[in-house]
Amino acid sequence: MVGIVIVSHSKKLAEGVLDATKIMADGCPIAVAGGADDGSYGTSYEKICNAVDTVYSEDGVIVLVDMGSAVMTTEMVIEDMGYNNVFLLDCPLAEGAIAASLSSFCGDDLETVKQQALSAKTEAKW
Amino acid sequence: MNTKTILEILVKMHQKIEEEKDFLTELDNAIADGDHGINMAKGFAVVESKLSQLQEQSIGAVLKTVGMTLVSAVGGSAGPLYGTAFMKAGMVMADKSIMDMNDFLACMKAAVDGVMMRGRSVQGEKTMLDAMIPALNAMEKANSEDLPAKAVVEAGVKAARNGVEYTKTIPATKGRASYIGERSIGHQDPGATSFTYLLDVVAKAL
Repeated sequence: MVGIVIVSHSKKLAEGVLDATKIMADGCPIAVAGGADDGSYGTSYEKICNAVDTVYSEDGVIVLVDMGSAVMTTEMVIEDMGYNNVFLLDCPLAEGAIAASLSSFCGDDLETVKQQALSAKTEAKW
Repeated sequence: MNTKTILEILVKMHQKIEEEKDFLTELDNAIADGDHGINMAKGFAVVESKLSQLQEQSIGAVLKTVGMTLVSAVGGSAGPLYGTAFMKAGMVMADKSIMDMNDFLACMKAAVDGVMMRGRSVQGEKTMLDAMIPALNAMEKANSEDLPAKAVVEAGVKAARNGVEYTKTIPATKGRASYIGERSIGHQDPGATSFTYLLDVVAKAL
């Protein structure tokens, strides 16, 4: 299954998104990197590295982020780790995670999971 | 400048950031998430704790270590941005152990390019680039007029200060401050301010 990493400045927000994915896709490999190293509001290079490592497989990984330093720090992690099948995606964090986790859990390949996450960017709520 | 000078400057940078921590945080509170002073102080404190192991290293190795430390220790946007700036400068210096003004300007150029790339930003968006780019331009001009090193960097500090003033007149279109848009006018950018402090430390050390 395609791994999913949730990066948020807020530990609680990251864990909340994880909880939301479990409703429909409990069993999909998802890891969170929430908050700075000490758990305060911020992003952590080390936590993101560890989260990617936790869910990494040959199937690939997508990383969903909230904003700002989460974007930039994740980019640095991906560049430094050197994987060619780990992707940072620009999509809403919660909706993207729910769509992608379900897709991954159903056995879709990396490209399909990516598209599912990105569809959250344009999908109307009603 | 040799490695020893660079290490001394880094200690002074930490002192300066520590002195201005509350002011930087206040500036950041006004337009964004209020962590700039705290985060910068935290990052430079970890940098300073590593300096004793770097005395025998090349300038490039020192700058790269500083960059990597800021990326992992800061936790806000200043981490990846200043981290990238120092790492790019480190790549320019590589294994050199002496830095002249041309090296310094090449480092600054690489740092500006690195921040633009990492932040996907340009001048005029109310960011640190509004101090960095004018400072680089002023230093390149002063250097081409064969001014002494201290005068070159002082010209950069002056341009950076003007850049900070300029950030008061424009709305933020990048970073968290962009969420308050036009309402950010009148406030100076914390990143442009902290950059000006760091450059001023260099000028005073020369």
